[in-house]
Amino acid sequence: MSDSIVTTEQTSAGRDTSAKVILRMEHINKDYEMPGETLHVLKDVSLTVHEGEFLAILGPSGSGKSTLMNIIGCLDLPTSGDYWLDGKYIFDEDETTLAQIRSKEIGFIFQSFYLLQRQTAFQNVELPLIYADLPEKQRKARVEECLARVDLSDKMYNLPNQLSGGQQQRVAIARAVANHPAILLADEPTGALDQKTGAQVMQLFHELNEEGNTIIMITHDGKIAAHAKRIVKILDGVISEGALEDA
Amino acid sequence: MRKFGIVRQSIQMSLDNIKSNKLRSFLTMLGIVIGVAAVIGLITIVQSVTGSIMDQFNSLGAGTITVQTPGTALKRGVSDNDIEKLRNLTGVSGVAPTVTLSGSAVYDDTIYDTVSIDGEDLTYFLHTEDPVSEGRIFNSSETDGYTNVAIVDKNFVTNVLGGGQAVGTTFRLNGYTYKIIGVAGDTDSLTAQLTDTSGLDGTVTLPYRNVLRMSGSDDIMSMNVYVEEGYNTASVEDELRDTLDEIYNDEDNAYSIINLESLTQVMDTIQGMLTTMLGGIAGISLLVGGIGIMNMMLVSVSERTREIGLRKALGAEPARIQLQFLIESITLSLIGGLIGILVGLLIAAIGAAALDTPFKISYGAIALGAGFSAAVGIIFGWMPARRASQLNPIDALRSE
Repeated sequence: MSDSIVTTEQTSAGRDTSAKVILRMEHINKDYEMPGETLHVLKDVSLTVHEGEFLAILGPSGSGKSTLMNIIGCLDLPTSGDYWLDGKYIFDEDETTLAQIRSKEIGFIFQSFYLLQRQTAFQNVELPLIYADLPEKQRKARVEECLARVDLSDKMYNLPNQLSGGQQQRVAIARAVANHPAILLADEPTGALDQKTGAQVMQLFHELNEEGNTIIMITHDGKIAAHAKRIVKILDGVISEGALEDA
Repeated sequence: MRKFGIVRQSIQMSLDNIKSNKLRSFLTMLGIVIGVAAVIGLITIVQSVTGSIMDQFNSLGAGTITVQTPGTALKRGVSDNDIEKLRNLTGVSGVAPTVTLSGSAVYDDTIYDTVSIDGEDLTYFLHTEDPVSEGRIFNSSETDGYTNVAIVDKNFVTNVLGGGQAVGTTFRLNGYTYKIIGVAGDTDSLTAQLTDTSGLDGTVTLPYRNVLRMSGSDDIMSMNVYVEEGYNTASVEDELRDTLDEIYNDEDNAYSIINLESLTQVMDTIQGMLTTMLGGIAGISLLVGGIGIMNMMLVSVSERTREIGLRKALGAEPARIQLQFLIESITLSLIGGLIGILVGLLIAAIGAAALDTPFKISYGAIALGAGFSAAVGIIFGWMPARRASQLNPIDALRSE
């Protein structure tokens, strides 16, 4: 919890040690009670992420990476351990508080986009802004700005089924950045895309990271993880800092 | 203001949902449509029918109390003095003694022996709307004296006079010659309305002293008591009873009082009972409709589990999810309610035309219908909305 712990982790290349700590996990455990046994899905996970990082959490299915993502994204709470997100200590919050934290701090990007099919691109991007209680005028300006950022100004009023997969994922990214969250949390963001559009999405991630966004990407694909500046590997609920070659 | 965005969006979304599930939404709404249409249609019909009956009652004798005074063995009827006592009671604007006899009329050498003879005084004419349709009513010298003038009803004109000119014609009645000065209006008296006159040759109205003389007695057996405007007929009725009890020394069955106002109250009670009963029937169909809405909302929640998970991930608090689904069910049942109101008014209009009663829109029933359908939306939407709001976002996002 002291600064020394933080600095000793600053070993990978290209990270700004003076940057603000945006996420800190200390000895996080997550257990699931099953009939007759307890599943230890996350085992003593400690992780620190600074503002402006582009981090990949790499692991095969069943490694606990989804559980880790859920805890980072405040969709779930750890069984034990300490978690600070953007300076807030998160422990045993109720559903309403967790929703408010997600609204402000987390921008989710999902493998299969999860756009509301009967709503236009504009309405989809507007949704988190409505939940954040932004006035209508500001919402409109923000949605337009975000859709312009992902080069979809001309598809603003298209429904998702009138967009290609890559375009849909860009709408989802615009939705994720709309509230200026502390962390963009992407779960296999290219998993449903072909290689070319996947590469375009990764290019967009690079640009967003250059612009100062903190990105945490969960993936099982080493090639995709290689786009990140820092890789954390997870296996059987244990994480380790690592270079790509070990993947 | 802050919640307005979500409310408007929820309404828009529920309209989208209804549009994309047209058949399902229509069938779901049908229960509400039928329930509300039943409320509006039946209540409006009941109110128009009873309303028009009451209007007739009121035109017959609002503020009129009919008193029958057969009297006792010791004292038959009432005397002029007794009438004077009743006339001076508080709240009584007039007392019109009525004498009814039957007799035979002779016109054009033919005898008509089923003629009803009513004796009325000026008070009666002053308190009756449109007492004559032709000619004039009696004047005070005619009612005070024994002038042989008569007002005849339309049956008399048809049956006795053969439809000819009535006013100015003379005929003989129980031995005296009478001159017709007027023809009675359609609803000339309560008695005429409530008694079957089809077997009669006609009714002749004479100044009441003439009839009293024919009857060979000074006893007055029947009268109309008119209640002054602003006075309660029930309390006037009580006063009448007190005075009549005094006149007859508290003998039983010496008199009877027919108060139309109390008949109106009976009608009111009947109307209330009918309305409650129909409301109950409508309530049952609204209940069935509500269950339909609950069912559709539960299906909708389970179909849209992933959407709910997504909304939660994007920062929607449980309360907002609940609000959204609640608004959806309210929208659904309100649309059903509005259609129901239109259908109900249509039923009421058709009913009014069929029953030949005036079509009166009951705003109370419309408000009831709208209120009921909104209430159904809230009550039956609550559980599905609550269920949606309590979904775990991780499980919800993972569902297919």
